[in-house]
Amino acid sequence: MSVAILHWSLLAAQFLLGIAMLATLYRMVIGPRAQDRILALDALYVVALLLLITLGIRTNSQVYFELAMLIGLLGFVGTVALAKFLMRGEVIE
Amino acid sequence: MIADLPLWLSILVSVLVVGGALLTMAGCFGMVRLQNFYLRIHAPTMGTSMGGGLILLASAIYFTITRDRLIVHEMIIFLFVTVTTPVTLMLLARATLFRDRIEGNDGVPKRINGDQQ
Repeated sequence: MSVAILHWSLLAAQFLLGIAMLATLYRMVIGPRAQDRILALDALYVVALLLLITLGIRTNSQVYFELAMLIGLLGFVGTVALAKFLMRGEVIE
Repeated sequence: MIADLPLWLSILVSVLVVGGALLTMAGCFGMVRLQNFYLRIHAPTMGTSMGGGLILLASAIYFTITRDRLIVHEMIIFLFVTVTTPVTLMLLARATLFRDRIEGNDGVPKRINGDQQ
């Protein structure tokens, strides 16, 4: 009973997060400008991180937390580099 | 998943996870629906702060109960995401403001005293 509740609610949460990822992808494709695409990419990183956490609860393993942390770190660096590129035209001055 | 899961734990984790996912989805829909960039940049922070907080809290509670020891790995992720999101979005908003002023677009926020660009 309790396992079934957890199973179906995790499935529902993953479905909702998948819809959220599709929404960010839609914004990334239609733009209309570069900063909109970068904002959508940043949101996509965060939703992917949350999806990995729900996957970790479902499979009852802690391997996914390292992956989620890695996504958090690289997403931060990537978004900062892209914002810097929009501002100055180059990443490293 | 383990077989002898307590009912209160499964209900608590379910409510937290589904609530966090709903908030994240609402934030991403806001990013699709809002009109211009300066409005849109507010929307996804709902997913990073509240949605992420709820899902990570659910994960921390679940693993603390099922592993019989305190697990706070999720708190590190939460702290990191909460600290870095305002920095990245501020940088992105400044870059957009800079570009909009160079191009002379309409609807750009006015300069204030002490503004360098």
